[in-house]
Formats: sequence, C-alpha cells, structure tokens
Amino acid sequence: MIRMTVPPAGQTSPEYGVAVLGAGIVGCAVFRSFVLAGVRTVLLERDDDIINGASKGNSGILHTGFDATLATLESRFVAAGYRAYRQVHERLNLPLMRTMAIMVAWNQQEQSRVAAIVAQAHANGVREVRPLAPAEISRYEPALAADMAGGVLVPGESVIDPWSAPLAYVLQGVANGGHVRRATPVTGGRLADGFWHLVTPGGSVRASVVVNCTGNHGDLVEAIARPSPFRITPRKGQFVVFDKSAYALVGAIILPVPTERTKGVVIARTAFGNLMVGPTAEDQEDRDTATVDQATLAALIGRGTRIIPALAAHPITATFAGLRPATQFKDFQIEALPKERWITVSGIRSTGLTASLGIALHVRELYQAHFGILEELPDPVWTPVPNLCEERPRPYQAGARSPIVCHCELVTRREIEDALEGPLPARSLGGLKRRTRCMMGRCQGFYCSRRVFEIARGRLADLQRFGFQEGMPDGVAG
Amino acid sequence: MRSVIIIGAGPAGLTAARILRAAGIKDLLVVERDEQAGGLPRHCGHHGFGVLDFRHLWTGPRYIRELCDMAKDVEIATDETVIAVEPGGRVRISGTHGVENLAARTVLLATGIRETPRSARLVSGTRPYGITTTGAFQEMVYTGGFRPFSRPVIVGTELVAFSALLTARHLGIRPAAMIEENDRITAGRFCDVAARRLFGTPVLTSTRLVEIQGRDRVGAVVVERQGKHEAIACDGVVFSGRFVPEATLARGGHLAVDLATGGPVIDNFWRCSDPAYFAAGNVLRAVEHSGMVSREASWAAAAILRGLAGDLPAADNGVPVRAAGSLLYVYPQRIIPHEGARIRLYARTRAACRGRLRLTADGREIAARFVNALPERRLTLDAPSFRLIGSRSVELTLEASR
Repeated sequence: MIRMTVPPAGQTSPEYGVAVLGAGIVGCAVFRSFVLAGVRTVLLERDDDIINGASKGNSGILHTGFDATLATLESRFVAAGYRAYRQVHERLNLPLMRTMAIMVAWNQQEQSRVAAIVAQAHANGVREVRPLAPAEISRYEPALAADMAGGVLVPGESVIDPWSAPLAYVLQGVANGGHVRRATPVTGGRLADGFWHLVTPGGSVRASVVVNCTGNHGDLVEAIARPSPFRITPRKGQFVVFDKSAYALVGAIILPVPTERTKGVVIARTAFGNLMVGPTAEDQEDRDTATVDQATLAALIGRGTRIIPALAAHPITATFAGLRPATQFKDFQIEALPKERWITVSGIRSTGLTASLGIALHVRELYQAHFGILEELPDPVWTPVPNLCEERPRPYQAGARSPIVCHCELVTRREIEDALEGPLPARSLGGLKRRTRCMMGRCQGFYCSRRVFEIARGRLADLQRFGFQEGMPDGVAG
Repeated sequence: MRSVIIIGAGPAGLTAARILRAAGIKDLLVVERDEQAGGLPRHCGHHGFGVLDFRHLWTGPRYIRELCDMAKDVEIATDETVIAVEPGGRVRISGTHGVENLAARTVLLATGIRETPRSARLVSGTRPYGITTTGAFQEMVYTGGFRPFSRPVIVGTELVAFSALLTARHLGIRPAAMIEENDRITAGRFCDVAARRLFGTPVLTSTRLVEIQGRDRVGAVVVERQGKHEAIACDGVVFSGRFVPEATLARGGHLAVDLATGGPVIDNFWRCSDPAYFAAGNVLRAVEHSGMVSREASWAAAAILRGLAGDLPAADNGVPVRAAGSLLYVYPQRIIPHEGARIRLYARTRAACRGRLRLTADGREIAARFVNALPERRLTLDAPSFRLIGSRSVELTLEASR
C-alpha cells in the first residue's frame, strides 16, 4: 500500500502519491478512484471550478456502447463505465433515467445498415438490441414523423445528469481524504529523484505519479512529460435545448444512423426536464471557446422539427456549444509511461461521461502494473449529492421550506446557499449554475439574476474578475 | 375553499385585489413568488408609471407603493411560488412553508411577462459573462445595487430599451449603442432624440446583431449595417423587449394556450378554458404598460365578482375568434354572445399597415373601422355581442388599403 508521508514542517510542497491534472469528468473519476485506493491524491484544475471544459457541454447520455468500434479502448471502457455507474449511482444520489434509445433510419440507404448495426451491438455484448419496424417505432414514439424506413431499439441507453456525476465523484474523493486545488494551472514540471515537481502559480506540487486528464489541452500538458504523440483538434458540438413543455413529446433517445465521422444529431430528454437537439460536429483550433452560430442552431431546430413535427410549437430555452477533445486517432489515448512516472488519459470524446468510471478503474490497474500495489479503502465514505433530476423529487417538492429563487428551474434559496458552502463550494457563476441549475431556464436569469447575485455576493471569483461590481460608482446615489 | 386566489402581485394582481377587496371579498389571497409585492415596476427606479391610473408621473417603486397601500387589507403571501394549477381552481404552492394545496372558487392568473433572452433569439457568438435582459439589468441595478458592466450595447428599441438607457444613466454609465434591425425605432420618435441628446448614445437603425465576441466577458458585438460588418466595442449586451407572456403555469397544466399570443385562451369575461380560472394583464399577450394592465385587471375583477354572484353566462358554447389578414393575434379568443353586452376585441399586426379592421361572423360584417396600425400598438374593435348569437365562426381581419 502506497502511503505518502506528510511533508516535514517548513517544506512548501506537499507530497502526493498521485496528482491528477484536470477536473473534467475523467479527472474527477480518476481522482476518486485513487483516493478510494488509499493513495494520497491531489486534483489540480486550471479553472475556478470543476467541469469547466469539455465536460460542461455533454449531452448527458449513458451509453451502452452498442455502436462502439469492436476491440477498442472506447468500447471496453464504455461498457465498464456503464456497469460501474449503475453500481454507484444510488449511493451517490445520481439519477438514471432508463429512457431507451431508438435509432431511426429515414431512408432505404440508412435502413440497409440496420442489420450490421444490430450485429455490431451483439458483438459488443449488448444483446438486447434489435431491429424495429416503422409501425413499432410509431407505437413507442407516436410524435415521430411517420416516414421512417425502420430502426433499431437499444433498451439500455439511458439519460443521466452530466454535472452532478463529476461533482459526486470529486466530493467522494474529498470526503475520503483527497485534495482539490482549483484555479491551479500546471504550467510545467520536472521529474527528479522519483518525484514530479509540478509548476503552478501557487508554488510547486510534488507527486510520485502524474495522470494527465486535461481534455482539450491534453497534448499541451503531455509535452511536460514527452513530445505528445497525439494532437488534439477540438470538435465543437452545438445544441438547442427546448422548453420543458417539449419534454413529453418523446421518451426514448432518438438517434440517427451514424456516419463515419460522428454519431450525428440526437434528440434526447435531459435529466433537467428539457428536450435537447444536437450536437453538430465541427473541427476547430480554439481549445477554450465554443461559439454558437445562428444558422447552425436554426438548422438543428429544422432537423428536430423534421423528426418531431410537434416540436415546432415549443419555445427554445437555451443554446450552447461544447468542445470534445478529438485526436487524429479514433480511439481513446490511454497509456502508462513507467520511466516518466506519468499516465496519459486523452482523446476522450463525448462517451467520456459514460466511460469515466471504467477509465478510472483501468488507470488504477495501470498504476498497479507499473508503480505499486494499491489497496482499496475498507469502508469509504459515500457522499450523496443534491438531486437536480426532474424525474425524482426535487427540494421544492420535497418540503424544502425555502423560497424558490429561480422560477424557471424551481431552485430554492437553500440549494443555492448550500452550493456555496461545503468542502467544494461553487467558485464561479458557471459552477453555481451547474450545481443548482439556477439561471439556466427559459428566462435565462430575467427573474432571478439579482437574487442569485445577492445570495452569492462576494463568493464567485470569476464575477469579480470580469468586472461585476457592487454598489454605485462614486458620485451616484444608490 | 377561498373565494379568490390571485397569482402574481404586479400591477394586474394588485389592482384586481384592491377591487375585489373593496367589493367585500375578504377571503382573498394573492400569491407572489418574489420577496415583495410589486412585479416588474418594483425594480424599475425611473419615472414613467401611474399616469393612466393615478394621473401622476411616478417611479416604478413609488407606483407600486401606491398600489400596495390601496390593497393593504389584502392577504399577500410573498416568497411563495405556485408550482401547479389544476382543474377546478386547485392550486399548489411551494415556499417557506413547504408544499401546500390551496383551492378557490376563482383563480386569477396575473403572472405577467418576461423578455426573450439571448438564447431564444439564437444569437451567434460566444457566451461570456455580461449578457442580460433589461428586466434583469434593472433589478440588478435598482434593487440589488450591482453594476454588471459599464459600456453595454442595448439590443432593440421598444420602449423598454429606453428604460434600459435610463437605468444606465442612473448607474452613471453610457451605453455604447442601441441597435435596431428595422429602419425605424419601435418606440416613439421622441425617445430617439432623447437618447442622442440626453445620453449621447447612438441609436443605430437598420442594424442587425451578427455576433457576440469575448471569451470570459463580452468584448464586442459585430453588427451588420448597409451590408457591412462592423464591431462595436462593449462589455455587456442588454437584450431588450420581445416580451413573452409568463404563461408557464397555463402551458404546463390543463389550460388552453394560444400559440399566437403565447398566453392563455380567454373568453370575453376574461375566463380561461377552465372557467374557474381568469387571466388579466400581460400574461395575456406582450406587452402593455402598467396603466393598461391595471385597467384590464379591473375589468377582470368585475367579471370575477359577477361570477361569484352567479351572474356570468355559462362558459360553454363560445364562438371561436380567428385572426386573419395581417393580424398576428386576437383576444378574447372565444366569445360568449349574449343580449345587451358589447364586446371589445384586441389585436396586433405583424407590420405597420393602414386599412380596415373588420369583424365578420359567418361572412357577415358585424363591425369595422379604419385603423393606422403599428406592430407595437394594440388595435381594438367594439362590437355588439348579440349580433354574434348563433354564429359558428367569427373572424377579425385587417385589410390593407392602397
């Protein structure tokens, strides 16, 4: 069992068994995994709060892996992650909406691929996948346009909450002794005497092994250890989120027949009670900024209403864009570098939400194979997170006795206060939104901005940095 | 069971409450989800309220103080949100006391409006900090004492855009520009002059917002003018106007909603499709100023009183009214014709247009008048209700004249 000694007094850099770089979904799961294996672990995140990169723009689908390419790391870890999520979600109070998915073929050419898709699902071990005739699809989903050619039923596909899952993983890690440092970008590092000395603005961090989970920055951070063998080209996905009034239109996730390049535009319920259409797949150079584009959003709405004509009567709640870290390789880039005392976890695209727990277990195995034996904590603390999912009772329905502050998403004052407290309080407006859903509904803060800002007064680092000021400028009476 | 529950304590809800209370309705409850009664004017600290209903020019908070004073005997539950409306006047609320189920013989929906935010307008670009709506901006400034930015661009030129300008002035900041897609500003011409002269803010018409730029906070907007793209440096964007009714309760429940108005369907007695529910004020459609809203609420209150006295015609057998020609919508959407009463129909056009506003029943002309219509201005037409008795379809149309 690897247990690092506490550094002697006066030494500025604490010692860690493992430093996980990047608090996206994968980093959060890897962090939890090492903490639960008894390793003194630190999670270093560049931004003010966790899940601020690729992971914040995830579609929230828990994949069975039925359509994964055979014998890839992706197919392996999606399957393992799917199983692992189902094992832990109740103890972490994370939702699992068993929606099913229906892949719809809209023409004969697409229909001609159905048999192969079903065969591939069976080869991936997802046995319950079967073809559907148009009449059957209409019976499942009467709101779909009637001119489909056929399709595939994937009973196991599910919807989860993409923000609460990583939060739950980090919080369990923290509750069991892990450390999290936010606003701590790693700008360099050197390996000496069997230790990494990672350079951060807050000083050097010493760790025996480094795990690189830095998403869209994966190749740049990889250069700390070696010339990166992969190059990240962020792939942008734009989404349109329809009003909650559209939620009831379909139950199943509606998938297109995929192309070589992308799984295509999906229509799915969100855990938050909306219906979502997206994503697009657009390669770009910029690693941090994902713009939305009016024409593309309009095309997504057109695509949505083509598939579900009744969608046309429902308003748009939100639009957003995410960046998935694609590399020149199709598969995940996961590898241990024993000499460099470094584990690479990169090129994890949108399936990362599902795969993260599977990847985390695998990374632990890589560690054991190269760096030392690990021993599971005998009795870890479990940290259930607040429920944000619309299909289970939310605080306003379950006797919160706290006024509702965000009227569109029905978020109570206490939920916002709680998100600003505890071992990992929200440090950015985005972090607060993703922990509570406040300001994310149909009015986008028209009704609740002031009250949210009053509750969060002085607590959100980013607002102050961006020039949000309190009180009137000199000479103006309030 | 109470006689009346009013949902929303803005100008409509407070006015209806005052009238019902004065008429002797004591078991009246107003449910307000904000910490205080008042609705949107509460957060609008500049002048412009009370002219129609009080013959005074007041600030929003001053106007609200007057409305609250006049309704001071009314029970108002603040920080309580109606989370569901159910058939027959059953209302579920959630707040400081947890979830409660209430019931009333009559429920008045007076839930007002909100502005269309950036997302629903499908605006291109980044999504940095500093993007808001006028309502949120005003509430942040006047009620919260915050200064979210110092040089915003205001999108739109409805009256509320100039309200945003006044808010900016109160804050001591000068907006970089006000932009409007159309070739004329939506509010009256005097606003344009005021914007330039008093505030030094250019009002750019025929200017389309193309894109928002900036990574963490807004850095610029790109606009299209005369076929060319240009950037306007700014640190915020205020999306003003394009109001929509806050009709979520109706939409999420059993009440019929008119997709054209965005509000609940009503009859000529302000009754919704479930006659236990009435609606008044801006929840019916966007958007009227507080004085008009309050006047509407007084008419709805009068109808509620008649209903409680058993004096309203039955709600079934209404005749649907259809908007035709260049009309965007008409309300009431259903008419219950009966002897003696005159009905007033309200409508709006899509675009500026002069012509004849005509009401026909099964093809017969019932009433008509010449109008000079602007998209932001309501059109009204009065008609004798008895002439609609026995009609199967009623249509209001605007026929453009040459």
